[in-house]
Amino acid sequence: MSIDIETARKVAHLARIRVDESDLPALAGELSNILTFMEQLNEVDVEGVEPMTSVTPMRLKRRVDKVTDGDQAEAVLKNAPDAREGFFAVPKVVE
Amino acid sequence: MSVNTLTIEAARDALKKGEITAVELTESCIAAMDAGDALNAFVHKTPEIAMEQARAADARLAQGDAPSLCGIPMGIKDLFCTKGVASQAASNILAGFRPEYESTVTAKLFGAGAVMIGKLNMDEFAMGSSNETSCYGAAVNPWKVDDRKLTAGGSSGGSAAAVAGDLCIAATGTDTGGSIRQPAAFTGIVGIKPTYGRVSRWGTIAFASSLDQAGPMTKSVRDAAIFLEAISGHDEKDSTSADLPVPDFEAALTGDIRGKKIGIPREYRMDGMSAEIEALWNKGTEMLRDAGAEVVDISLPHTKYALPAYYVIAPAEASSNLARYDGVRYGLRAPLEAGDGIVDMYEKTRALGFGKEVQRRVMVGTYVLSAGFYDAYYNRARKVRALIKRDFENVFAQGIDAILTPATPSPAFGLGEMASADPVEMYLNDVFTVTVNLAGLPGVSVPVGLDANGLPLGLQLIGRPWEEGDLLNHAYVLERAAGFVAKPSKWW
Repeated sequence: MSIDIETARKVAHLARIRVDESDLPALAGELSNILTFMEQLNEVDVEGVEPMTSVTPMRLKRRVDKVTDGDQAEAVLKNAPDAREGFFAVPKVVE
Repeated sequence: MSVNTLTIEAARDALKKGEITAVELTESCIAAMDAGDALNAFVHKTPEIAMEQARAADARLAQGDAPSLCGIPMGIKDLFCTKGVASQAASNILAGFRPEYESTVTAKLFGAGAVMIGKLNMDEFAMGSSNETSCYGAAVNPWKVDDRKLTAGGSSGGSAAAVAGDLCIAATGTDTGGSIRQPAAFTGIVGIKPTYGRVSRWGTIAFASSLDQAGPMTKSVRDAAIFLEAISGHDEKDSTSADLPVPDFEAALTGDIRGKKIGIPREYRMDGMSAEIEALWNKGTEMLRDAGAEVVDISLPHTKYALPAYYVIAPAEASSNLARYDGVRYGLRAPLEAGDGIVDMYEKTRALGFGKEVQRRVMVGTYVLSAGFYDAYYNRARKVRALIKRDFENVFAQGIDAILTPATPSPAFGLGEMASADPVEMYLNDVFTVTVNLAGLPGVSVPVGLDANGLPLGLQLIGRPWEEGDLLNHAYVLERAAGFVAKPSKWW
């Protein structure tokens, strides 16, 4: 599978990573190489095999649906690049 | 002899007998750490915390209430969140991040009396096999040939360099595709990746959640047993951590493997395998046979497909896990221009904060999860993963107790040597280790010999799920038979 420049641009946008126009051809080439490597998987007969979801066959534990923690606004905001008046601040989201 | 060269076992005994104090031991390690800057192993030093913990350890020792790691100075991989101490997964995107909480692994270590002298270098977000993707620059292997600087391996390269160079007594590592075992092999130390679910992942910065496990990197197998026991166990904050009793791993080291069955997988004898690695593998096989084990030729037919499956699954999980780095809640936010909207903020922040390899893997993961390709890549890889796991289940069902393989395809290579290589070439470093993560099994790397240039080489033992004790006992036998005592000559 070969990735063209248009696909590379789309993937970069989906991943929310800004890639300069001039870097797109190299990126497309690298992604193509990696995908070619992955295509060995097409040699395997996977008919009737369930995709693996859990590494160990144990049932995940459940806990009671109740609040166990809270009132930590200060700690939660402590590492934010921009926090104001108890909120995370971001650029305008809606036009 | 300076006390920073001690093993956990020897330091523990000396501390209990009162021959040294935790403060003396910690001062010795801090001095070695400061003298070891050329190894670029420690990237955030915490001597004040260390001295405070050492004094507390001495108080507990004096009261006769010393837990298993009381007063043992350690290095902590930068992937573990440590309260109030920089924890940035060797990434610029987490620049300035100081967690408000403690990871379960470090909390357990501190509960067991361990002393943290600093945070250790690694590949960015644990993505790499040479420590060269780190935002701090590469860690350097204490082992050297001529004047060439060699990789300490990756991703836990700082941990490996620090332990091999005696900058600390032991270190934490994490292993998603070989990141404990490969650097351990490159530096002549012991590293174990436990069964998936043995150690809580809570507070460990996530790379690929279905593959990640933390584990010890130590100077001996016994140290690995003591250390592993301290960090194991169920944690209600990680629903994938197993609610199983934690055995006494040290007590499992009987040195007796008579009658055990050791599998030698024929698919690991790769085309073009170096003669030295093959000879080492044969030597290790003979050691286990001489110890009374039965050696059995086995087949793990889907081995060849482990790497491509891994390089679909790990990036897919990473692309999802790393979505949280968006410039809002922690770490870096790129400078914005007037009129930039929120998507500009995301895209610029992630382009500035993530290094090239991380960007590449996030994009590969995004692609294989995207509409139209999900079945062709991601689901197919998960099916192949099920077959790889089944291969192991089949050989264990035949009565195999442990599997012996090489740990790495080569000894440590030179820093910068792979710079122009295709990313896939670097991925081949994981060829012997990655199957173990996909199947969720425990695997341990043990130093067994030196190559013609005097560089360490390791072998890997793979065990049954939850049988780390038995696995470590096999490793203990191998360690004793190999008698690996070589140390790098100090140049730093």
